[in-house]
Amino acid sequence: MAEQHSHAAEHADHDHKPHGWRRWVYATNHKDIGTMYLVFAGIMFFIGGAMAMVIRAELFKPGMQIVDPQFFNSMTTMHALMMIFGAVMPAWTGLANWMVPLQVGAPDMALPRLNNFSFWILPFAFTLLLSSLFVPGGAPAGGWTMYPPLVLQNGASFPMLIFSIHMMGVSSILGAINVVVTIMNLRAPGMGLLRMPLFVWTWLITAYLLIAVMPVLAGAVTMLLTDHFFGTTFFTAAGGGDPVMFQHIFWFFGHPEVYILILPAFGVVSEIIPTFSRKPLFGYEAMVYATASIAFLSFIVWAHHMFTVGMPLAAELFFMLSTMLIAIPTGVKVFNWTTTMYKGSITFEPPMLFALAFLFLFTIGGFSGLMLAIVPADYQYQDTYFVVAHFHYVLVPGAIFGIMGGVYYWLPKWVGRMYDMSLAKWHFWLSTIFVNVLFFPQHFLGLAGMPRRIPDYAVQFTDWNMVSSIGGFGFGLSQLLFPYLIWKCVKSGQPVTSNKVWEGAHGLEWELPSPAPYHSWTDPPSDAVVARGAFH
Amino acid sequence: MMIRAKIAQLAKLASAFVLSLAGTLPAHAADAPVSGWSLLNMTPGVTDISRKIYSLHMEIFWICVVIAVIVFGAMIYSIIAFRKSKGSVPDTTLVHNTVVELIWTAVPVAILVFMAIPAAKTLVEIEDVTKTDLSIKVTGFQWGWQYEYLDNGVAFYSHLDRQSNTARELMSNIDPNSVDHYLLSVDKPLVVPVGAKVRLLITGADVIHSWWVPAFGVKKDAIPGFINEAWFKVDTDKPGLYRGQCAELCGRDHGFMPIVVDVRSKDDFEAWLKSQATEQKQSAEPTPAAAPASAEAPAATQS
Repeated sequence: MAEQHSHAAEHADHDHKPHGWRRWVYATNHKDIGTMYLVFAGIMFFIGGAMAMVIRAELFKPGMQIVDPQFFNSMTTMHALMMIFGAVMPAWTGLANWMVPLQVGAPDMALPRLNNFSFWILPFAFTLLLSSLFVPGGAPAGGWTMYPPLVLQNGASFPMLIFSIHMMGVSSILGAINVVVTIMNLRAPGMGLLRMPLFVWTWLITAYLLIAVMPVLAGAVTMLLTDHFFGTTFFTAAGGGDPVMFQHIFWFFGHPEVYILILPAFGVVSEIIPTFSRKPLFGYEAMVYATASIAFLSFIVWAHHMFTVGMPLAAELFFMLSTMLIAIPTGVKVFNWTTTMYKGSITFEPPMLFALAFLFLFTIGGFSGLMLAIVPADYQYQDTYFVVAHFHYVLVPGAIFGIMGGVYYWLPKWVGRMYDMSLAKWHFWLSTIFVNVLFFPQHFLGLAGMPRRIPDYAVQFTDWNMVSSIGGFGFGLSQLLFPYLIWKCVKSGQPVTSNKVWEGAHGLEWELPSPAPYHSWTDPPSDAVVARGAFH
Repeated sequence: MMIRAKIAQLAKLASAFVLSLAGTLPAHAADAPVSGWSLLNMTPGVTDISRKIYSLHMEIFWICVVIAVIVFGAMIYSIIAFRKSKGSVPDTTLVHNTVVELIWTAVPVAILVFMAIPAAKTLVEIEDVTKTDLSIKVTGFQWGWQYEYLDNGVAFYSHLDRQSNTARELMSNIDPNSVDHYLLSVDKPLVVPVGAKVRLLITGADVIHSWWVPAFGVKKDAIPGFINEAWFKVDTDKPGLYRGQCAELCGRDHGFMPIVVDVRSKDDFEAWLKSQATEQKQSAEPTPAAAPASAEAPAATQS
């Protein structure tokens, strides 16, 4: 068996791959495309992060010091769009590209040319969106939620926003179709559905969410487009339309979207914690069912984003109760991760550190989420910094730490070298400390009555805003370590000799040599190998 | 019910503790800026509803704290007790336990039901807009508020006051701390009587706004083409000035359209209303306040 493997690896090394720009522009290899997705996401992360720095700089003290209010609104709007559609979603697709074929024993993604297409749409979509910063009227400034009638007041950037969202949507749908087809059709013979690693499971469910809701978003923004240019009045009361209908449609997309951002992080954490606890994941099946339940519930809770629009009492009660239900499967997940560590044998390498920070800080975001579900209290929280604190807790130490943990976990497998462990720990500690300095005070600000999306504030909010801004600058600067670490690892990291990399690692990706050969699993792994990989 | 009362009591104690740590709670939280460091929590406000909201908020908060202590405690214990460096040997058979899994599914369900009942009760009260004493139409526009007393035709606009408006210009070189209630004061506040159930009919002239006064526990979106209802009833012993802001992104000057409500005794209010009515009749000339509500009017007064 081992002989067969090394043979395959040797063959792979000699395998002809195109060189120069052709390798990337014509890419059909899942590893190359995965790398491109991840690099792209990294670039967008730093552009979106720079926008956040502008926001935090203006909010450092009361009074307008740096930017015009309109530009400030553009920054909040673009920061969200860049981070959600440019950084987090492509990063997950990149990780799926790299890891799903390795983890299910497939030679590549099922639809390699579609894969190329879905990636290459993105640079065009984001060039279009970013170039709106330079058109008359400036970049979109109506919030990433694009509520009409406000969004219709954007100038030349409006159609650019709509078309870039269309392109991102097409890219996401094609990427999701590819993931579903790969998982459904290309699993190794012994890889039953309930043997799949959790990262594959969470991505499968994420992919279904994407296919279900991205067309809804496309429909919503198309209606905005026709309202603006072709005289329709979907969202204009004067013509019989309803601006709140947009919010319903948008959040029918938007709530599953937040799980699109976080479910793959659940998957990554479910891989990392067992590895570094040297113990199988507790309640594997419960984890799968909990993920599926969360995905289902995500379709029936959307209006909790808009409790103040004036809904009937019955609707408010329904959305309050359905939202509270989400706490149950989410709780099951947190308890399972905790119990996985219980009676384990734990070590604290960088991926584990990020997973642990995820566990604590995502849970804090979960608590504030539970508070937000209580409709009467939500009347006070809605559109304040409390909400800003809530969703940044679930998205930064949630989704972003999930991505970083995943990169630190699998990077040695990708490049065959180990990164600078102590520098990575520096990155972890700086990120974790500053992310709390940045976002925790925002809970106080929101409860004390500071609305979100304002460029200037009453003087009593000064102190905690300063703290938050200092945290923001610290967090932003610490992130520069991340690309440096990766670059250093690729160039001159200590070569990794073992297939496993991590002592406690289980799964098909760890059965391959390090670095993973350019073409892997060209012969599907045998039942025995699959069984060894399935830790549970 | 007993447990609920216990928790509310506990919450009160604990929040009193937190507040005593953080400094003193301002008597009229909406008014009188205090040191920013002590602003850590929602304030109970000055209406029955706002206090109910506050106690719901504190209940759910302390429930979260208790769960956090248990869950984070279990995490920290596991992290410390089962370190490999301390020679911990993994128990790889511990992968499933039906009883435990059922418990940690059922207990959260119970907690949620426990929480949902009082929340639903309060919500029903909030949504009861019957038996009101006074109706005021509130129209949000870019960027200010228009108030119309529907029973007697008094109407006027309310904008950010001049002092804040000058100070908030880019590079104005005016220290916001030198401005009285920077960004939270208006040229003409809404005036309402104390102890009366005031009904607001809220709409928007151009884009969506949201009328929010934290001390009343009222936040309702102002949507063009639709009318939303909300109400508040300020405690009879709490007249004063209460401040709020627009809570829905509404364009460039979203951050600069505050709300100030002047709550007066019934007599003062009646006198004020009478004087406003005569004033408006006398100056039937095109003053902005008497101009009929139209989409253009706000823009005209703004410039």
